[in-house]
Amino acid sequence: MLTKRIIPCLDIKDGRTVKGVNFENIRDAGDPVELGALYAREGADELVFLDITATNEKRKTLRELVNRIAHHINIPFTVGGGISSVEDVSLLLQNGADKISVNTSAFRRPELVTELAREFGSQCVVLAIDTRQEEDGNWYVYLNGGRVRTETLCADWAAEGVARGAGEILLTSMNNDGTKKGFALDITRQLAEALPVPIIASGGGGVPHHFAEVLGTGKADAALAASIFHFKEIGIPELKGYLQERGLIMRL
Amino acid sequence: MKLVIIKYNAGNIQSVLYALERIGRQAVVTDDPVQIRDADKVIFPGVGEASTAMDYLRERGLDELIRGLKQPVLGICLGMQLMCSYSEENDTTCLGIFEEKVRRFEPGASPEAAEAAMAAGASVFKIPQIGWNTIYDLRTPLFEGVADGSYCYFVHGYYAALGGHTIAKTDYVQPYSSGLHRANFYGVQFHPEKSAVAGERILQNFIDRI
Repeated sequence: MLTKRIIPCLDIKDGRTVKGVNFENIRDAGDPVELGALYAREGADELVFLDITATNEKRKTLRELVNRIAHHINIPFTVGGGISSVEDVSLLLQNGADKISVNTSAFRRPELVTELAREFGSQCVVLAIDTRQEEDGNWYVYLNGGRVRTETLCADWAAEGVARGAGEILLTSMNNDGTKKGFALDITRQLAEALPVPIIASGGGGVPHHFAEVLGTGKADAALAASIFHFKEIGIPELKGYLQERGLIMRL
Repeated sequence: MKLVIIKYNAGNIQSVLYALERIGRQAVVTDDPVQIRDADKVIFPGVGEASTAMDYLRERGLDELIRGLKQPVLGICLGMQLMCSYSEENDTTCLGIFEEKVRRFEPGASPEAAEAAMAAGASVFKIPQIGWNTIYDLRTPLFEGVADGSYCYFVHGYYAALGGHTIAKTDYVQPYSSGLHRANFYGVQFHPEKSAVAGERILQNFIDRI
């Protein structure tokens, strides 16, 4: 039986892992390859590396890092952050990335998703969506790391992205991100039930129970978290053991 | 030992090379017929689409070449599917090394399976299958030291049906072949290069025990 996945996310700046809460108080947390390899040994099912520098002059640094990760890590990994063209993706895949994630650039030019799926296959195209529930009860798409609001509903953009060939949706609820009060179960479940591709839930995981909720009630296929793993608030083996006890299928 | 990875218009080739390096093996990535024929062992990897891959192989005569290889050959993912007789992916005639046919996952195929998916917290079978699943009923030295029920990493929307050449099974929608073997040819549907320790053992077995 296919398992649910636990995915640690590592933020990368200038080729180094950084830790911070909501992009504040960022501090150096060492070599991404070492931290990624540690998570892999501990039983992470995949890894996401999110480049938060994402400026053109740093592209080469990122490619070199991806190449080192691919050499050292024996589980799949996704690379995201500032990717906006087929050429960007081609170079990252050539350097050993398994998947790439696109966010703002895909929203600004949805054809990007179509082009990437056609060129490299849906299996390596992850559409990342940052979304916020507003007072009207609707979930809207936000861009540029949550700084720019759009009028588009999250469910509509997710459906379009999948129709264009996105193979997975990485859904981050801005209402929940950084709160450690649990994932956004309703929007996660809504997308998981509506779309034929896996949903990776992100934002709000603070204790093991939250992961059980989003993978169970929320029907997410995978759950992603960053700081709770970096700050060792939850160990991956303990988390997966807990989820298995709760009846979820996990790789242990 | 000369280890060759066949280069063609499919992804993931670098990942196989790197995985071999992690277990201390060097390999050459090439589409040169002479080098492929002279290799002690050949790996035929790939992530991609069946018909464009077959067109590419035919244009270069690699289809005949692969079919005629006498040394151990390991197909991975699309590589394994291309070694089957036929793929429903764009109605493609494949290499015919394994008689098994490659079908598209149909999520509605089995009510029991759908119920099992619901019980596990999934609303529907997502296609493609992406993630870790178990391999069982393991046969041949390719799986020596790999426990029945080990988890491996899969990414695929099409599957090889069960048949006489099946050497590993996996359940998704229904049981299917996650490993095939005939004579010197082996194939695995999952990605050993991304399947942590179990995958490394399988690659090692292919090199040392086949």
